[in-house]
Amino acid sequence: MGARPIIQVENLSHTYMKGTPLEHVALKGANLYVEEGECIAIIGHTGSGKSTLIQHFNGLMRPESGKVIIDGVDLSKKKVDVKTLRQKVGLVFQNPEDQIFEKIIGDDIAYGPFKLGLPLKEVRERVKWAMSVVGLDFEQMKDRQTFALSGGQKRKVALAGILALKPKILVLDEPTAGLDPKSRNELLEKIKRLNREEKLTVIFVSHNMEEVAMLADRIYVMAGGKDVLCGTPKEIFTDKEKLQLHHIGTPETVQVLYRLTDLGYKVSVDAFSISEATEEIIKVLHGTKEDLEDVQRV
Amino acid sequence: MEPIIRLENVSFSYKINEKTKVSVLKNISFSIIPGEYVAIIGHNGSGKSTLSKHLNGILTPDNGDVWVHGNNTKDTNNKRSIRQTVGTVFQHPDNQIVATIVEEDVAFGLENIEVPREEMKKRVDEALNVVKMSQFRHRPPHHLSGGQKQRVAIAGVLAMHPDCIVFDEATSMLDSFGRKEVLQVMRKMNNMGMTIITVTHHMSEAAEADRIIVIEDGQIVMDAPPREIFKHKQELKNLQLEVPSVSQMAEGIHQQFPDFSTELIQEDEFIDEVMKFSKVEVI
Ligand SMILES: Nc1ncnc2c1ncn2[C@@H]1O[C@H](COP(=O)(O)OP(=O)(O)OP(=O)(O)O)[C@@H](O)[C@H]1O
Ligand SMILES: Nc1ncnc2c1ncn2[C@@H]1O[C@H](COP(=O)(O)OP(=O)(O)OP(=O)(O)O)[C@@H](O)[C@H]1O
Ligand SMILES: [Mg+2]
Ligand SMILES: [Mg+2]
Repeated sequence: MGARPIIQVENLSHTYMKGTPLEHVALKGANLYVEEGECIAIIGHTGSGKSTLIQHFNGLMRPESGKVIIDGVDLSKKKVDVKTLRQKVGLVFQNPEDQIFEKIIGDDIAYGPFKLGLPLKEVRERVKWAMSVVGLDFEQMKDRQTFALSGGQKRKVALAGILALKPKILVLDEPTAGLDPKSRNELLEKIKRLNREEKLTVIFVSHNMEEVAMLADRIYVMAGGKDVLCGTPKEIFTDKEKLQLHHIGTPETVQVLYRLTDLGYKVSVDAFSISEATEEIIKVLHGTKEDLEDVQRV
Repeated sequence: MEPIIRLENVSFSYKINEKTKVSVLKNISFSIIPGEYVAIIGHNGSGKSTLSKHLNGILTPDNGDVWVHGNNTKDTNNKRSIRQTVGTVFQHPDNQIVATIVEEDVAFGLENIEVPREEMKKRVDEALNVVKMSQFRHRPPHHLSGGQKQRVAIAGVLAMHPDCIVFDEATSMLDSFGRKEVLQVMRKMNNMGMTIITVTHHMSEAAEADRIIVIEDGQIVMDAPPREIFKHKQELKNLQLEVPSVSQMAEGIHQQFPDFSTELIQEDEFIDEVMKFSKVEVI
């Protein structure tokens, strides 16, 4: 670990509705660190505490016990400048409806930048830019009503509203759930570019292992309110024992490669994208064809 | 066979206010036969959820008709029997929560149709078991994680034992294992005769169906078995869709090995084709 991490979580616990009969422990001693400019994926089963964990990053939830330090600011302290924190950390909820308040799409996306006190022209530019990132046509959609949207369109509006804030740290909860294939691929490309070129720090929760493999520098695996495993996509997806132990899924490509390995094919499972996996299979097919010819010659 | 659901020239617009209407469904006609397993695909905003809501009368057409077992959804007298025939799992689980305790939420529909206590208890237990949410039965459903809510929503519809279930992106918040579990449930129900209609953005999930309907701008642009649909790679791309991962891989391999089939849509078939292509040991 080089520089000071931009996010540092130590031994974080959280209990919902504490002290009531409905009390429920969601986090029990979670740890995580993120360096500036990293892209981090958080994966894990339904109910493992992913959404609860990331809602601590912009101060929506305060550490009940343990530590959360964001860019040097200790959130367990009483006095935290939440406004500055929210400007720095943009969080998109798992449920976009929790995030859309204005009647008109354009107004909703403009709300954040407007509150920052930016000049109108700049606000408009940002709205345009954010809508293009998520694939919403500015002219066609800006005056449409927010309640009258499809599921995927709502997610796009919620994402755009946070992107328009141009946060230093972008936190996304299931950013591509409900997006069609083209919207999903384009959004991922754009997030990747923002991360690689503009050094935006990205933390995203996902059930989609394709996008985890494509985007993440490192992956945290959550289980039972704790981080149980952390590593690069290569470290995680090529470790069969750990995958089985923690019941972690893999990209479809890797799943195919594992099956071929089990059948005795000498393919490397370290080929996540469609094109890499295809190459890998072509390689063994060439190999076996040659073997075949050798055999026949003998 | 008599269709379970039949749409004839269905058109529908949302009324935003006095002056503005958004025209969504445009003259849609098709039939679903009992026991079919149909996937509906299409890009965001193409009209899938609006269409789904027409299949059991949550929405009724402005023009045209929808019949469920021969009953018109516009006739309010049919409402009850139609809802019992076709159950819908909505895209957004929060919109489906009606009670403050999980087991009551799952039982809600059963109370409405006056299922006897004993039977109700049995069905709720069973449904919660299938979606692996039994240990959450006494929790408040709106205080659950995204994936847990989705599972409860599925249980609520399963408990109704409808003849047909419409799943509108019902697995979008589940991990790959959870999604596979639900797919297995769908397959099992289908094998027992239930009609399954599933809206999805996962092409490998659509490949599991017997038939795919592709929607674009409120119209049906393709309606065929998955193997046929996924041959149209470029057209799907133009519709902002894609073919399953294994089909993409097969295509790549085919360019090097022209005998390698391009018509593969499922993982098992793909593996078989690779094996067929490299029978070294056998020789
Ligand atoms: N508002 C709440 N009140 C009480 N319990 C809650 C609340 N929100 C979540 N929980 C519980 O806390 C645990 C962790 O929930 P969390 O939403 O963090 O899970 P998650 O990992 O994001 O799951 P998913 O993948 O399904 O979104 C779950 O068991 C859930 O039931
Ligand atoms: N309640 C509503 N009032 C007005 N317009 C609506 C309403 N719901 C949806 N629409 C509009 O109708 C069109 C079709 O929406 P629908 O929800 O059927 O799309 P969808 O295919 O399900 O999309 P997604 O994949 O994003 O869920 C969209 O243009 C949407 O903006
Ligand atoms: Mg969550
Ligand atoms: Mg929809």
